[in-house]
Amino acid sequence: MSEVTQLIHQYLRHNKKFPHVLCPGCGHGIAMGSIVRSVHAQGWSKDDVVVVAGIGCSGRIAVYMDFNTVHTTHGRALTFATGIKMAKPEMHVIVIMGDGDALSIGGNHLIHAARKNIGLTAIILNNNIYGMTGGQCSSTTPTGDFSMTTPYGQLEKSFDIVELARAAGANFVARGTAFHAQQLDRIMTTAFGRPGFNLVEVFTPCHTQYGRKNKFKNPVEMYKHISKTTMPLEAWSKLEPEKRAERTPVGVFVERDEPGLEERYMEMKKKLLGSAQ
Amino acid sequence: MSKKAKMQELNRFELRLSGLGGQGIITLGKILGTALALGHGYYVTQTQSYGPEARGGSSRADLVISSHPISYPKTENLDLLVALSQEACNAYYRYLKPNGVLMVDTSMVANTPTNVYKGLPFTTLAKDKIGLVQTLNILVLGAVTHLLPFAGQRRMKKAVEQALPPKIQEINIKAFNLGHREAAKHFGDAPAVWLEAEEMADAEEDTEHV
Amino acid sequence: MAQAKKKRTEIFALGNEAVVEGALIAGCTFYAGYPITPSSEIMEIMAARLPRTPEGVFLQMEDEIGSLGAAIGASLAGRKVMTATSGPGFSLMQEHIGYACMVESPLVIVNVMRGGPSTGLPTSPSQGDVQQARWGTHGDHPIIVLSASDVQECLEMTVRAFNMAEKYRTPVILLLDEVTAHTREKIFLPEPGEYEILERAVPSVPPEWFKPYEDTARGVPPVAPIGAGYRTHITGLTHDPMGYPTQRPDEINTAMHRMFRKIDQFFDDIQLVDEFLTEDAEIGIVAYGSVARSARLAVTKARERGYKVGLITLKTLFPFPKPSVVALARKAKCILVPEMNMGQMSREVKRVNNGATRVRTINRVDGSIITPSEILKSITQV
Repeated sequence: MSEVTQLIHQYLRHNKKFPHVLCPGCGHGIAMGSIVRSVHAQGWSKDDVVVVAGIGCSGRIAVYMDFNTVHTTHGRALTFATGIKMAKPEMHVIVIMGDGDALSIGGNHLIHAARKNIGLTAIILNNNIYGMTGGQCSSTTPTGDFSMTTPYGQLEKSFDIVELARAAGANFVARGTAFHAQQLDRIMTTAFGRPGFNLVEVFTPCHTQYGRKNKFKNPVEMYKHISKTTMPLEAWSKLEPEKRAERTPVGVFVERDEPGLEERYMEMKKKLLGSAQ
Repeated sequence: MSKKAKMQELNRFELRLSGLGGQGIITLGKILGTALALGHGYYVTQTQSYGPEARGGSSRADLVISSHPISYPKTENLDLLVALSQEACNAYYRYLKPNGVLMVDTSMVANTPTNVYKGLPFTTLAKDKIGLVQTLNILVLGAVTHLLPFAGQRRMKKAVEQALPPKIQEINIKAFNLGHREAAKHFGDAPAVWLEAEEMADAEEDTEHV
Repeated sequence: MAQAKKKRTEIFALGNEAVVEGALIAGCTFYAGYPITPSSEIMEIMAARLPRTPEGVFLQMEDEIGSLGAAIGASLAGRKVMTATSGPGFSLMQEHIGYACMVESPLVIVNVMRGGPSTGLPTSPSQGDVQQARWGTHGDHPIIVLSASDVQECLEMTVRAFNMAEKYRTPVILLLDEVTAHTREKIFLPEPGEYEILERAVPSVPPEWFKPYEDTARGVPPVAPIGAGYRTHITGLTHDPMGYPTQRPDEINTAMHRMFRKIDQFFDDIQLVDEFLTEDAEIGIVAYGSVARSARLAVTKARERGYKVGLITLKTLFPFPKPSVVALARKAKCILVPEMNMGQMSREVKRVNNGATRVRTINRVDGSIITPSEILKSITQV
């Protein structure tokens, strides 16, 4: 515990006025802790880390962390991050987005960042709802669930972020949860150390906006629900196909080692400038 | 010594190259403009008009050539209209000045709105004599160079070489020469209104070392 | 028209090509964009040229929103950045223009105007985006909008756009129209060092003393680029001097007023016009872009016929060059405002004129440029 406290002092902004905006029981703080621990594990200098965030509860996380932080526009965080990485390839770029942020308004940017294989880690904090705006449905709100804009139940299907990122060509795709903090640390530490586009989806409960509308008595119920409905990928793969629908696999789904766009660009430049001389 | 003093005095000579998309009209305009602006030292504005089609459709490049800085960059009344399609000829003939000159590709334009025109079967010449229809635009450039008393043949050819990739330079120069020769044979001299300073332009070119 | 000086390199170039030359002279090392007619040549030439420069980065993004996002990101990382677009793309960019204003990110946006609204006339000229350039993004904000009427000016005004962006830490919009962008003309490339090139101010204090949005006398705080050890927070939320979100009215008020003051107090430096035969003008013309060239020929022809006509060509559109236009309005009996829209700049002329003299508009929205003859006709009818 003392080690965690120490990390808080080392990586959180001392001059930023707390308290933070997150509700009690929110999983975002756990994900943020995981980011801090994983950056620490990488041994990166704070000056070399840039955290780019979108809009929503997830977007507000950036301001608390003592890195170069950019709180951008709704859904567009990846475009800013792409510009930063191409302008300064030596920076370690971490992008924090929510589900509405990354998949609804920013869906196009997400698939293209994955396709470009730009060198960064994109973290999607998936709480199945628009939290900050007041509990409207998002593109990951499960079918049949209730929200302020689906008062009679969601009719549409929800996105499977992992499958989407895999199909779009991401180098690394993983899913973790705010309930399994240690596993999340392992996933993030791995993602941070890799080339190209790395995507980590994090299940994080939002009791205030999602849980209350969907019969969860308290945040603890929601964490229990995550625990009950998820399963390590390896075990899930061995399930009978008809039983798979009840559980969501967590773990690492895609691991490719293709060089990031910035690396390939630098290679091209080297060739061009070499031939010019 | 000012080079311009030797140049023919031009006050907004307006020229339109028109035809179909794919005939190389924009390239033609670009080469002609480059040669007159950089090689000859005139003020030149070249504008273009095009539709959404990359091939087919209509295409047009306009040039204003002047000894003085050009304010309005587009053309209003044409001194020379080059029409490489019937549609272009029909559409733009009315913009010619009363003493303006119409030059057409007789293999493309069957009906001219007037009997007073300069015509050569450019497309046929490009196909049959050069063996490459894509040289049509440079063939036209050769003929235009003959018609314009202030355009120097050598400098025009230099502009062609600079604009085109080495592989196709030779055949295009051949096309240029053919266009120029045919024009000299069939068009006679440039119109009297354009002629007055021809000797000066020639004299200038003689002093040029290429 | 720029004066021809000897020995400088001459090229026969499109307006769009001249924009690229200007950008490279100004020190642009980052371009992110999305192709759109009639601006695409800018992007294509950047794609060929930037990778061949030591620092140059070229990116084609998935849309114009992403293009400006990437450009702002690179600007925050210390680059001089540019993007170019046309109407539909400019509409998509509005969100990020506001963001750039809010975080005070220097950048240059070239909008080659085509006929609108919507997809409109992709290959035809228009000046329909003038008020959008001023007010397109939501919320109160100052902006610098420049314009160019010939190819040499495309180069010069692009350099100026970069200088203004860096000096005042703001997005600068260069509005061209299809005619200017697609006219080929002989231009002169300046010698190295011939143009003054400005760089953004960087902090002179160590990180622990640095306040990224501190109010200064000039109103333009220095920029600490990402990765330079300052670890600042940048946000589109209204922020305090530290860059952190605030809801305190006193801090919001100070921040908003500083944002306006940094532009307002330098009107003289920013506003640029070209006056042609205005000293004794009884009829004044206010024009910009390619239409200003039509107007210039019309003025010349009208003078030959004995009409005392003068022309102001606006090179800065916003902040609107009030002093020059007011001075013209005071001496002229009538002001003509020809533009390829239904009357956008004439609103500004009428506003500063405040009823002092007659203002007549000449408007054209059929995808064709206003010709010298049309303007001449209006002059003779006054």
